[in-house]
Amino acid sequence: MKTIHTLLSASLLVGLPAVSGGALAQEAAEAAVEVHKGDVAWIMTATLLVLMMALPGLALFYGGLVRAKNMLSVLMQVMTVFSLNALLFAVYGYSLAFTEGTPFIGSLDKVFLSGVTIDSLADTFTDNVKLPEFAFIAFQATFAGITGALVVGAFAERMKFSAVLIFSVIWFTFCYLPICHMVWGPGGYLLEDGALDFAGGTVVHINAGIAGLVGAYMVGKRIGFGRESMAPHSLTLTMVGASLLWVGWFGFNAGSNLEATSGAALAFINTLFATAAAVLAWSLAEALLKGKPSMLGAASGAVAGLVAITPACGSVGPMGAIVIGTLSGFICLWGVNGLKHMLGADDALDVFGVHGVGGIVGAILTGVFAAPALGGTGGEDFAMGAQVWIQTWSVIVTIVWSAVVAFIAYKIADILVGLRVPEEEEREGLDITAHGESAYRS
Amino acid sequence: MKFITAIIKPFKLDEVREALSAIGVQGITVTEVKGFGRQKGHTELYRGAEYVVDFLPKVKVEAAVDDNVLDQALEAIEKSAATGKIGDGKIFVFDLEQVIRIRTGETGTDAL
Repeated sequence: MKTIHTLLSASLLVGLPAVSGGALAQEAAEAAVEVHKGDVAWIMTATLLVLMMALPGLALFYGGLVRAKNMLSVLMQVMTVFSLNALLFAVYGYSLAFTEGTPFIGSLDKVFLSGVTIDSLADTFTDNVKLPEFAFIAFQATFAGITGALVVGAFAERMKFSAVLIFSVIWFTFCYLPICHMVWGPGGYLLEDGALDFAGGTVVHINAGIAGLVGAYMVGKRIGFGRESMAPHSLTLTMVGASLLWVGWFGFNAGSNLEATSGAALAFINTLFATAAAVLAWSLAEALLKGKPSMLGAASGAVAGLVAITPACGSVGPMGAIVIGTLSGFICLWGVNGLKHMLGADDALDVFGVHGVGGIVGAILTGVFAAPALGGTGGEDFAMGAQVWIQTWSVIVTIVWSAVVAFIAYKIADILVGLRVPEEEEREGLDITAHGESAYRS
Repeated sequence: MKFITAIIKPFKLDEVREALSAIGVQGITVTEVKGFGRQKGHTELYRGAEYVVDFLPKVKVEAAVDDNVLDQALEAIEKSAATGKIGDGKIFVFDLEQVIRIRTGETGTDAL
């Protein structure tokens, strides 16, 4: 049933030098390389799903949470930062993240995608099974895009648009790309260390969560924070956004398997069950602690569960996923309440409380539930204590790296254009003052 | 002539309109308003942030009536707007000096 396309094309044969023993061996190796149509179809579908997570999923999830006067500014920031990062990924990001270089950053061999052609192939997790490199680049570009877009929720409703773009370029270049290379790139530091991060708990979520938290501190609190009502203007849109995120996340997680195999099915089922568990956990805890389960709580729980299962989805079993989801629902609820008050930052849309905290919970618990005894895919030599330490170390590296780079990036943006809009513009709302339009007309 | 302003629960508007029509009140003006009385507001919780909502949505009904139907009108509003629970609203009555129907120029009770 499986359609196999053997890549030994006539042109390749013609190109071979005079037949010798070495050439024959090379020919045999080349002959074994396969590109499966099913894999190609899946990775392109998954790419579209990740795009849908950002646009409109994340945009609506965030947009519904701000006041009506700032709706378009959030939609605009998500859309622009996604596009900006995706483009930069093509220009130099792919090369720096996914070519061999040092353990911390790749090389400049493929800037402007030089040398990548329609015939180029990228590795999967199976030897000799390849993907068209273009498909792999597009898939990874959507990850780069959504990670930058996640950060904007932390400083929503008061940051200058130009400062958002300057910050995004610097942080993408000096934080996202190195962390991406360390975790997923050839010879990456954390990859070689043995860290498990299937779909981007460290690279995407902890990374963005920390950058957001640093931003919330540096940009400062919104005017009237804690005194005036900053209630979400449309939880309906937030629910729609969270649901689109959930659907899109199957591309993010199961797509990260790169091949349409049983590994993708495992990530797929885990993405379903962990999230359902987190929705119920957050709602239950809210009902018990606050008296009423809220729609915003359920939607936040879904995102928390999705974040937490992201690093784990390829290495834990479905029951492990349910435990991870449940714990993330409880812990992230604390992340946006107790922890948030302790931190004292106006992380407007709880990027750290949900993505940062959920990412840390997921990354560390991956080291627990990957254990074969708990239904995970770890081998017989799997040592939970050691793996938990490796996971924790990858979390620490990400936190420190992201915090330092984010601090510098915000500083540079501050010096160049200033981080905040003037008070008058903040009060009037960014839609009119920064973009010259309003989301709603009566 | 008297001018009646009634603040009522929004979902009681239809019943109040019908009750006033039934006793011959020819027209009313309705406004959606917000306010608080003894019912006070409520709190809303969004993740970690708690907001006190001081002003609850109500409907303001205004009607001008002749003195001889005032008591009937007040009774009609009181009965039709009541639920017996806190937050049913209030009725205010003012003296009305003059009424003019713009189309015809009629004044006083003729214009009601």
